[in-house]
Amino acid sequence: MLRLLNWYTLLVAVLVGILAGVGLFTFGYAEGLSYFSTDPAACVNCHIMRDEYDSWQKASHHTAAKCIDCHLPHSLIPKYMAKAENGWNHSKGFTLQNFHEPIMIKPHNGAILQENCLACHEAMVHQLVAGVTTDKDAVSCVHCHRGVGHGQ
Amino acid sequence: MADRTRIKRVGLFAGIVVVVALAIVGIVALLLNISERKREARNPFVRVVNVDEVTTDPAVWGKNWPMEFDSYQRTADVTHTKFGGSGGSEALPQEKIDRDPWLKRMFAGYAFSIDYRDRRGHAYMLYDQERTERVTKKPQPGACIHCHASAAPTWRRVGLEAEGKTLSDAPSGFDWPHVMAGFKKMSAMTYTEAHAELLKTPDGSPEETTPGPGGSSVTAKTPANADGLPKGAPTTREALAAHVGEAHPVACIDCHNPETMQLRVTRPGFMNGIQALADSSEPVPHIPSIQRWRDGGKKKPYDPNTDATRQEMRSFVCGQCHVEYYCGPKVTLFFPWNNGLKVEQIEAYYDNYKFPDGHRFYDYQHAETGAEVLKAQHPEFELWSQGIHARSGVACADCHMPYQRVGAQKVSDHWVRSPLLNINRACQTCHRFPESEIKDRVEAIQGRNFALLQRSGKALMDLIDAVVSAKKGGATPDQLHDALELQRKAQWRLDFVAAENSMGFHASQETARILAESIDYARQGEMAARRIGGPNAK
Repeated sequence: MLRLLNWYTLLVAVLVGILAGVGLFTFGYAEGLSYFSTDPAACVNCHIMRDEYDSWQKASHHTAAKCIDCHLPHSLIPKYMAKAENGWNHSKGFTLQNFHEPIMIKPHNGAILQENCLACHEAMVHQLVAGVTTDKDAVSCVHCHRGVGHGQ
Repeated sequence: MADRTRIKRVGLFAGIVVVVALAIVGIVALLLNISERKREARNPFVRVVNVDEVTTDPAVWGKNWPMEFDSYQRTADVTHTKFGGSGGSEALPQEKIDRDPWLKRMFAGYAFSIDYRDRRGHAYMLYDQERTERVTKKPQPGACIHCHASAAPTWRRVGLEAEGKTLSDAPSGFDWPHVMAGFKKMSAMTYTEAHAELLKTPDGSPEETTPGPGGSSVTAKTPANADGLPKGAPTTREALAAHVGEAHPVACIDCHNPETMQLRVTRPGFMNGIQALADSSEPVPHIPSIQRWRDGGKKKPYDPNTDATRQEMRSFVCGQCHVEYYCGPKVTLFFPWNNGLKVEQIEAYYDNYKFPDGHRFYDYQHAETGAEVLKAQHPEFELWSQGIHARSGVACADCHMPYQRVGAQKVSDHWVRSPLLNINRACQTCHRFPESEIKDRVEAIQGRNFALLQRSGKALMDLIDAVVSAKKGGATPDQLHDALELQRKAQWRLDFVAAENSMGFHASQETARILAESIDYARQGEMAARRIGGPNAK
């Protein structure tokens, strides 16, 4: 009886070991750690963002803001929640290849973007936007200033 | 009891094993997927066959560039939009002329009144030309080949042979001098002779290939083997006896350099036309390289293949054919761009142009009124030039051949078609609105243009009625002079918009302006004819 249990334990241990090994390898191979960094190169690990990355390098905010400065909330918890949500959606879309092209920002991420415009520029524009970002008719900076981050 | 605990334990362990094994399967599948996506990101281009300046057969190029070739072949598909396209017939498309009866009357006395159908995809350009009754029932000039076949190697061969040389003597590169010489020679031939020349030129395929839907079909009746041809004219079969290749519709070689794949223009008509335009003083803000060439002192003739930007070339290659032109037979084919690209500048050029016999330029004499009128071809390049998209630096290919992602590669969609069939890639890259909204906007623009077009057609018919009535009343050609001149002006403008393939979209304000002028000239002409009166006039 005991011998049999040990055999089971051994099998499970081996399987969990394989799982952990393959999982870690996959994580490393997919450059999983890079997603915890702030490096814009992480955003072109998959080639879908190539156009955005290339045009960001030519755009006016190139020296002032990286991808995450505009596209993720600045405080820790919301930042990682947004990372997790977008990470999941992007991985799913890229793996299954079932997303709309050209890719377009969704309202939730658009609101994050708008807040980040204000995070830097609020002193200049506070009378224009009055801090409202959630209303669907709210003023959106990138409605007019489309090219500041990247061309597309 | 001990047995039941044992079974439970065994079951639990088996469950864990299955779950863990499935997780491993999932992770390995993900791993392979990631690996596949990473491989996509490397450029897999391999040149497996050689292509050169005689390789007109697109299937040969397709071996090197399969993604582009896949989409190119789809130009054989039947498509239609609200105002364009070709019904659903596999044979020749619907008669455009039956739908708009004023078209037929406008073309009275011209071959378009015989047979005028909706456009089909690039794959059919040669096939349809071989079969339209405009070609089979009326002799047409060899210049028609300029845009309906992949003809540069044939022009080069004919140009070389005129000097007693053969294709193997051709200098490396495109060899413009011999291409130009051959083009002039073939333009002076009949369509039948020129078509036979096409078939005599090798197409670069290693073996004789079965022609695709757009290739030259030798079994069906073509003008070259139709009955009732003049004695001595070569038949397609005779031409085939000496034939080592096939004729092809527009192919890779017409827009791409076989060495570098760079875009290039190869049609003599465009080369001459764009040089004439560059030489003029007409502002062309949408073609900045021409302004740079003018500012640079015009040292050498403007050469689009070296002076134009890559973005300009993405319109120029289309402008090689989607333009207004005179195709012959009285003089060699030309694009009337010496004064500029606007409708009245082209008209002025024609009005001042004298045929070798000294007569003023005209395309045909209207069968009912006797007016010497002009026929507009398909001035897409000219009209696009007046529109907001051109002014914003948007090229033909941006909307008609938008980039698509194939794996990690950005590939121009070579299935050239209406942007309305591909709104997300053609429009949404710049216009971030829902597809239905974009389609509605386009159809609103086209609908307004269509309504104005019908009104212009009606006005022209009234002018023709008035002239016919005045003629019945005994009006002399002298008395009719003003009315007939106004018919020429009105009809030229109407046809310029009707023949153009965007239902006004390429430059909607411009087409509204043109049609307003057309209606005005038609009504002025109608009044001029009615003023003549005469003994029997109503």
